[in-house]
Amino acid sequence: MKELIKRLVEAYGPAGSEECVRNLIMEEVRPYVDEVQVDALGNLIAIKRGGSKKLMLSSHMDEIGVMVTHIDENGFLRFYNVGGLSPFSLIGNRCYFANGTVGVFGTEQLDAMKDLTMSKMFIDIGAASREEAAEKVRIGDTAAIKREFVDLGNRLVAKAMDDRIACAIQIEALKQVEKPVYDVYAVFSVQEEVGLRGARVAAFGITPDLGIAIDVTRTGDTPKSATMDVALGKGPTVKVRDSSVLCTPAVRHHMEEVAKANNIPYQLEVLERGGTDAGAIQLTKSGVPAGVMSIPCRYIHTASEMVDYRDVEHGVRFLVKLMETEYKG
Amino acid sequence: MLLKRLSEAFGPSGQEQDVRAVLQEELNDYISEWKRDALGNLIAVKPASSGPRVMLAAHMDECGLMVTHVDGAGLLHFRKVGGLDDRVLVSKSVVVGKKRVAGVIGAKAIHLQKPQERTQVIPHNSLYIDIGAKSKEEALKMVNIGDYVVFDTKFGEFGTGMVKGKAFDDRAGCAVLAEVLKEDYSMPVYGAFTVQEEIGLRGAGVAAYAVDPDLAIVLEGTTCNDVSGADEHGYCTHLGGGPAITVMDASAISNKKMVAELVRLAEEHNIPYQFKRSITGGSDAGRINVSRDGVPVVVVSVPCRYIHSPVSVLQLSDFEHTIALVKLFLRSIEGGFRV
Repeated sequence: MKELIKRLVEAYGPAGSEECVRNLIMEEVRPYVDEVQVDALGNLIAIKRGGSKKLMLSSHMDEIGVMVTHIDENGFLRFYNVGGLSPFSLIGNRCYFANGTVGVFGTEQLDAMKDLTMSKMFIDIGAASREEAAEKVRIGDTAAIKREFVDLGNRLVAKAMDDRIACAIQIEALKQVEKPVYDVYAVFSVQEEVGLRGARVAAFGITPDLGIAIDVTRTGDTPKSATMDVALGKGPTVKVRDSSVLCTPAVRHHMEEVAKANNIPYQLEVLERGGTDAGAIQLTKSGVPAGVMSIPCRYIHTASEMVDYRDVEHGVRFLVKLMETEYKG
Repeated sequence: MLLKRLSEAFGPSGQEQDVRAVLQEELNDYISEWKRDALGNLIAVKPASSGPRVMLAAHMDECGLMVTHVDGAGLLHFRKVGGLDDRVLVSKSVVVGKKRVAGVIGAKAIHLQKPQERTQVIPHNSLYIDIGAKSKEEALKMVNIGDYVVFDTKFGEFGTGMVKGKAFDDRAGCAVLAEVLKEDYSMPVYGAFTVQEEIGLRGAGVAAYAVDPDLAIVLEGTTCNDVSGADEHGYCTHLGGGPAITVMDASAISNKKMVAELVRLAEEHNIPYQFKRSITGGSDAGRINVSRDGVPVVVVSVPCRYIHSPVSVLQLSDFEHTIALVKLFLRSIEGGFRV
């Protein structure tokens, strides 16, 4: 599964440009599901039939990135962020475009580093003029952070663990599940990082009886971190709340029961800030019971997001059991 | 000129009926089926039996003010409706309420200000509207609490091919849409003149739900900052550069194939075009995009300087080129379009 994770996290896919990730996942899941659909916004929906009620799973394919807004006469690119990105995290980093063009982040001369904003930064793609730059990049093109996957043994580090690690778990669970008790609609969603947009329209189209999003969550296990009772290696989480959702209590309890019954370690997650696809799913039409399973992740929205592989393996098992256990409400 | 009539119409968010009337009158000979929904959106329907169902949207509302209190001296206190900058309010002529009462937003003359007052922006809740009334009773004969207020700005042509007027955001888009609707297309086209965009894209969401389009084009008058003191990369758009195509803003990411088709058509027909170089701000596309099970969208705008103020400026060639490009796009997808 580490090989699949590596391919997923290294794939190019800022919000709005999920094609590469979608193609990769489509090839991967097609043999294991009954039907594959792509909707008007680009969500990939893999359907595996097994029951009368509909379970919607959602992992988002998109990652944070940057978008080119201007090319100056010397070939430097100005940009804005696509999704929540701190300018400080870009210093010393590189990015790459869909066509493979690599760029380096640079900053204007500043009086104090605290004055750094995205508008005082630029991307250098090694072009010496506007014309030369325009051969490789156009205004409106998006770039992803460039960083390779690293296997540290139990811990894995990469860009875009948020949320490709969940895509990997969802793919692996679809491969392993034998008898789902639902018609499972496994959504690989678009544009989560810019406002849960993909999951919103996918849920409208599906009208699920139950929705479960899979995402990453913050941890409180690093030196002098903010207080949060989630740590790497203690299992996937059952979310209680974040800024986008108060998980339906009955769904949360159902998830806890499933974990306990199958001896899967889990942690309860109370995330102060941040949102997930569950927030959009829950408010669809006349309302959908919704919950979230998260994978603890350090350094979210940087080039080096870290997860624990054992949490990932438990996550796969957890998701398989959730597909195999009826939610009674 | 339609743009003049639209610009001078009284139409803050929630009070769009005058704009609606101008548009219905203008399009009377071209549109056989109109829909008016519960929120006040005006939808011009051009039915056809085949081809993609296209929604075009432009918002009728403008930023304005609302009277919240009439004091003993007959002065009107107010709150903002939409994103107006407090700094543009002082000493402006305005029009208040259904009787279109003339008013002036008053402030202390410079002679009477303390030195520190001269360096501060007066917050809108410390300003008032003077309608020439000497008492509360006299004022209440002319206006009432809840009355809307807009800037009293006359439209005019100036310079070479430039016009000035209020509310080009988004009466420019409304005028583009009206012109586009004067032609016939072989696929069903729904021209939605929406309400309440400036206070949260409210009209477009319900209009899109009702229309249930296959794809949508949002027409806007968008920010343009190609002026002295701005770095080139902060222009956002520039006058004379043609219609501005939005790739992404805070509310939506435009469909890539629709963007590519617009670019292809503009290049093939020698129509100048530009990309909007900022991702801040939102538009009706934000709601239409996530309507029902998803709608591919693109935003095309007429660049306008000084929007959300008493007077904005646009270049007529940009306006004409926007009309031309949108018409070309509609023609190009008559036989279908794979998004």
